[in-house]
Amino acid sequence: MASPFLSRLTLQLQQLQAGRRLVVAVPLLWLGIFFGVPFLIIARISLSEVIIGLPPYSDILAWSSQAMLTIRLNFGNFLLLFNDSLYFSAFTNSLRVSTIATLICLIIGYPIALGIARSRESLRVPLLMLIILPFWTSFLIRIYAWIGILKGNGLINNLLLWLGVIDTPLQLLHTDFALLLGIVYGYLPFMVLPLYATLSRMDHTLLEAAADLGCKPTAAFWRVTVPLSMPGIIAGSLLVFVPAVGEFVIPDLLGGPDSLMIGKVLWTEFFSNRDWPVATAVAVTLLALLVVPVMLFEHYREKGQAL
Amino acid sequence: MKQLLSVLFLASFVTAPMAAEEAVINVYNWSDYIADEVITDFEKESGIKVVYDVYDSNEVLEAKLLAGRSGYDLVFPTARPFAGRHIKAGVYQKLDKNKLANISNLSPSIMKGLSDIDPGNAHAVPYMWGTTSLGINPDKVANLLGSDVPSDTWALIFDPKYAAKLAACGISLMDDTTEVISAALIYLGKDVNSTSKADLDAATAMLAAVRPYIRYFHSSQYVNDLANGDLCVAHAYSGDVLQARDRADEAKNGVKVALTIPREGAIAFVDVMVIPADAKHSENAHRLIDYLMRPEVIAKISNYVGYANAIPASKPLLDEAVRNNSGIFPSDEVLARLVAPAELDPASQRARTRAWTRVKAGQ
Repeated sequence: MASPFLSRLTLQLQQLQAGRRLVVAVPLLWLGIFFGVPFLIIARISLSEVIIGLPPYSDILAWSSQAMLTIRLNFGNFLLLFNDSLYFSAFTNSLRVSTIATLICLIIGYPIALGIARSRESLRVPLLMLIILPFWTSFLIRIYAWIGILKGNGLINNLLLWLGVIDTPLQLLHTDFALLLGIVYGYLPFMVLPLYATLSRMDHTLLEAAADLGCKPTAAFWRVTVPLSMPGIIAGSLLVFVPAVGEFVIPDLLGGPDSLMIGKVLWTEFFSNRDWPVATAVAVTLLALLVVPVMLFEHYREKGQAL
Repeated sequence: MKQLLSVLFLASFVTAPMAAEEAVINVYNWSDYIADEVITDFEKESGIKVVYDVYDSNEVLEAKLLAGRSGYDLVFPTARPFAGRHIKAGVYQKLDKNKLANISNLSPSIMKGLSDIDPGNAHAVPYMWGTTSLGINPDKVANLLGSDVPSDTWALIFDPKYAAKLAACGISLMDDTTEVISAALIYLGKDVNSTSKADLDAATAMLAAVRPYIRYFHSSQYVNDLANGDLCVAHAYSGDVLQARDRADEAKNGVKVALTIPREGAIAFVDVMVIPADAKHSENAHRLIDYLMRPEVIAKISNYVGYANAIPASKPLLDEAVRNNSGIFPSDEVLARLVAPAELDPASQRARTRAWTRVKAGQ
């Protein structure tokens, strides 16, 4: 009696596992093709040497005459990154700028998300549309538009001059201010959307309960709303922070020459130095320094939730 | 049988265009470096569609070429050091001179000057040549410095005494290691191809001292800014300055722009026409090169872009203002001060780029 039941159960389990594998296989394949393979190509170039040629790096694999496969690995590119302080300061500056930008995005984005989540049902969709609408214009053009607004002969300076607030144009463009403005402007929707997603799903009766128990609204916000929206805060912050660290377009167009960010260093290695091996070594190191901690963080967070 | 014939007929129809080249050419040239009418005239005459794309630095072009399969059929790198090392790396195909009837129009002296980087002139023919000098707004410079300070000197940028005053109306430097380090070495009276660490350190220290007065580092943005009066001194390609002057004239905005070749000397460059080895439309590229070597065609381009070309027979066809412009056709005395950068060994090149990155970052 028990054995047919058991075999049916194991069959069902097997089917379930096959289904699961299939569901996991698709994104895994995607990651493998579009992340894994390019990463291996990059990693391989990072271990080669520069040559004048086409392509401009040596092959690390070579077949010698006796059917011997020789592998020449050049770790010099990675050593250079640690010996030259330029890379370290570019990396720390990228982290600094991205951290500040993420905090500003959070401070601006949280009230926006909360406002949309608490607004009338009929208003929410139009308000969300306003957040998403800028995406209909190319990112590059939107950043370029800021040049026209910020430059010496631009909108802000001309307005201030006309109002008589200033006598000579302010240097706004090509400063850290412009850089932060650009990053906050460009990435704010990535903060607002996940925050809205968690805040709109929040159970409002919890706040009523807090009020019933004599908790003031500000205290209820810090003790109920914020902790409950933590997944949104973390998701939004990561969505802003991670791309901001490697950002190239905004520092190039809006930032000053002293806003040395790792994305620009990579560009310089690739274009000015024609040094693909060092450029790829920077990319691999950046990935290790950025993605690995994020993955570990996610891993432990999931574990923490499971417990 | 009838069916077989019709199939054969159809097949011949399908394969015929494959044998001849597609009537397209993909051109990759510097920004603002051709007269638009020349492209449309060529399209009309040849029936070849020109797909035209632009860059503003040799480095960008180089990165695409070295990656391979760039898709371009005709490109215009600067001869030294770029085209020279590309030829060594085997990036370009040899020109079929039987297809270039107008090659005899080229200036023999410029061709000879290129033969050390391209033995026998096998791969490259010259397009335009010019200098990297200074574009200035003479009114604003005179206002800030007084009229007794000469305007034909690198000191406007590299002497902190002047740069500090001119910073208010804007100084720009090219974002280009070769150009900036070379200009700095020229101002210091050093060899432009120096690989000595002491020379590079001296140039770097000087650049770092004026770094706070530089508004931005960019290799093409200055054209608009000079024309709009947003800059008063730009480290610039000579023709770009003249184009900025023309744009300001057209806009009638009262902004004056002038080109000066510094008395300390400047870099002279020759840009060449070359066909990438993997070009799909090499036949069409030859036709366009040949077209661009006609005196009346290249004269139109020189008139528009403000650069001298390599076809002596075109000189009588140039606008008088262009022909008599000492910035485009410098006097022999100025010509003697012009220098050309050579290919540096990788370690020196890296040291320069590194130094330049540090200067830009203010470290």
